[in-house]
Amino acid sequence: MNSGLNFNGYDTGSFFDEMFDSSVSPRPGTRLLVDKIQSLEPEELLTRQAAAEKVFFDLGITFSVYGHEQGTEKIFPFDIIPRIIEARDWEHLERGLKQRILALNLFLDDIYHQQKIIKDNIVPREIIETSAGYFPVCRDLDPPRNIWNHITGTDLVRDESGNFMVLEDNLRSPSGVSYVLANRQVLKKTFPQVFVESGVRSVDNYPSLLLDMLYSIAPAGLGRPSVALLTPGIYNSAYFEHSFLAQQTGMTLVEGADLVVHEGYVHARTTKGLVRVDVIYRRIGEDFLDPRVFRRDSLLGVPGIMEVYKKGRVSLANAPGTGVADDKAVYAYVPEIIRYYLGEDPIIPNVPTYICREKKQLDHVLENLDKLVVKAANESGGYGMLIGPASTRTQQEEFAGKIRQNPRNYIAQPTISLSRCPVIVNDHFEGRHVDLRPYILYGEDIQVIPGGLTRVALTRGSLVVNSSQGGGSKDTWVLSS
Amino acid sequence: MLSRDADSIYWMSRYLERTSNIARFLDVNWHLTLDVPGQFGEQWKPLVITTGDHSDFEARYAQESKENVIHFLTADEKNPNSILSCLIAARQNAFAIRDTIPTEMWEAINVFYHYSVQACRNPRKIINDPEKFCAEVKWRNLMIGGIAWDIMAQDEAWRFFRMGRMLERADKTSRIVDVKYFMLLPSIAHVGSTLDYAQWGALLRAVGGFQAYRHAFGKISPTDVVRFLILDHDFPRSILYCLTEAQISLHEITGTRIGYFTNPAELQMGQICAGLSYHTIEEIFEQGLHEFTDDIQARINHLGKAIFDTFFSRIPAIDQSAEQ
Repeated sequence: MNSGLNFNGYDTGSFFDEMFDSSVSPRPGTRLLVDKIQSLEPEELLTRQAAAEKVFFDLGITFSVYGHEQGTEKIFPFDIIPRIIEARDWEHLERGLKQRILALNLFLDDIYHQQKIIKDNIVPREIIETSAGYFPVCRDLDPPRNIWNHITGTDLVRDESGNFMVLEDNLRSPSGVSYVLANRQVLKKTFPQVFVESGVRSVDNYPSLLLDMLYSIAPAGLGRPSVALLTPGIYNSAYFEHSFLAQQTGMTLVEGADLVVHEGYVHARTTKGLVRVDVIYRRIGEDFLDPRVFRRDSLLGVPGIMEVYKKGRVSLANAPGTGVADDKAVYAYVPEIIRYYLGEDPIIPNVPTYICREKKQLDHVLENLDKLVVKAANESGGYGMLIGPASTRTQQEEFAGKIRQNPRNYIAQPTISLSRCPVIVNDHFEGRHVDLRPYILYGEDIQVIPGGLTRVALTRGSLVVNSSQGGGSKDTWVLSS
Repeated sequence: MLSRDADSIYWMSRYLERTSNIARFLDVNWHLTLDVPGQFGEQWKPLVITTGDHSDFEARYAQESKENVIHFLTADEKNPNSILSCLIAARQNAFAIRDTIPTEMWEAINVFYHYSVQACRNPRKIINDPEKFCAEVKWRNLMIGGIAWDIMAQDEAWRFFRMGRMLERADKTSRIVDVKYFMLLPSIAHVGSTLDYAQWGALLRAVGGFQAYRHAFGKISPTDVVRFLILDHDFPRSILYCLTEAQISLHEITGTRIGYFTNPAELQMGQICAGLSYHTIEEIFEQGLHEFTDDIQARINHLGKAIFDTFFSRIPAIDQSAEQ
């Protein structure tokens, strides 16, 4: 029969399935796992799923459910069936991501210095100057090693033929890497044997690589630099990640009010008085970083920190100003940006994108709102979006109004039939759409962590994977051969 | 370490220790009611008086019944010093220093918190049989204490943890001693009676020191019980022991030699410890036991303020993110 926790009768639909080919045979790298699952008693898999969830709950990797009594907390949905990426596919992604990060960094350095790419008419000046992520105050800043985007989380998707494409570049303050590490810790306990036999590449040294990168950008002439992670505080939705990374690397977890600029340097307030801080991994937006330079109402930042930064007396990761490169209108130009700075074609293509500020493309978008995905250029987290095929007429008309009012702020893309993975739905498997967010560090060189966060749209048919919109996650196994 | 982190670990530790002490004297009173049937066994009012929250209790409860007192001290979220409230506060503080404390400690506190929230959803069950809940609270605190001893580096964070724990315990032991002051005997003739001794024995059990006392003193005598609870050098819940340990931690934090002071915290701490170290039990009785415990509690309060001024600063946390 088709029910029960095995893959008999599993339907890949018309989508690219990460585990099975179109005749529902396991792909080469997934056979071991599929055989293992097929050999388990159905209850056994559910027991393991429950055990995994208990680990997350006991460790407090949870969020509060509002409107309930004290102590009502839930874990972020997690599915124990890993998503497997073959070595060959990964090698391609790694090359493509390195290329993209290199080009985006050159772009940032250019935009905040000579702006050759604008003068050469590759990227329109208006796009840059109207971007919410562009900060003129960052012009002529010289971050250490001329690196701006130290930490990037690039969102990748796969279409119905299995081709990878870049959906978004997140160069401001990408979150989720702690889930990559936590998911892995849990999955090692869930499928220990298959894990070892499959030859899964390790992600566990991410904290060391992160620390190495932060040391590498420290102001010159220090012995062991003092590194801090700047968090908005315990009520922030990513606070778990901030505390986790601080714990794993030994950097000090600070809030803005713990820091003060004193005699030209940034200091932390400690029980023994003020102690200098040399490198700050900031998890607050630059607009909140320094009320003297950016938003004046910010209570999260450190007054005067930008002045210290300009003098090279404190390093910031990411550098202030990186948001301009993940503006969705700028995104549309990234293939050109890669060609301009590197003289190469992009290894991983963009999702085809219509730029609404271009009249012809705007007309096309407005005529096809029911088929396209429309995104606000300066939003993230799945907000400010219209998913055409799933929208009502009223929603489409409302969006058409917004687009006409400020065409620069919108882009549109064809609806991609994202690839799917099997997930446990009650007592059987069903395919659900996924994306992939690998993390890239840029210090002495560019390193792509072999793995990433596989986000799953848990609602049947849904294409929205964001955790704020009901998405879950899976462990991501990159195979070594 | 960051002032904010020191503050959090100190309070996390105090709140946890508080839950343990509430569970202890609740448990002992429960046993007293089982051992001494009738009016003079059922004495719940002293527990509320000695916690210092008597006015809050009177404002919200009609009478000092067993049910009301147990509820007030365990599951009552409106009482800031109930076990539940203390755990919420302890976990909140632990959350803020999750990166500093060992993962095992965070996990133990988190699981403890969830257990208690769950248990307190059904206060009737705790009221009918407080022993099980109190035992859980005690055991889980012992585990957290064990984690602190066995896997925490004995660095500054550990010293703030230790200092908080010891000060809280000194305060609570003084309150446990005080319980006896409020416990009624049927008449003056009952001083030295079975009931009187049962009450003194209960105090020892409350601090888990009954066996240690027997080994050291043998027969139960009021003077020796008080001497043991206040001035014993070896028992880890005696007031003098706790304050001496707190003083050691404080001076390890600052690096000042004991006997000298360089800040208000050391000054206050030195005054309390010196007073206690060089007093006989007879002098304490002369002063009056109740007056003595009152005075100790006031001084510990004062010391808490001095610690705050010396090491901590309060900072508001506001949500605002740029997360993607």
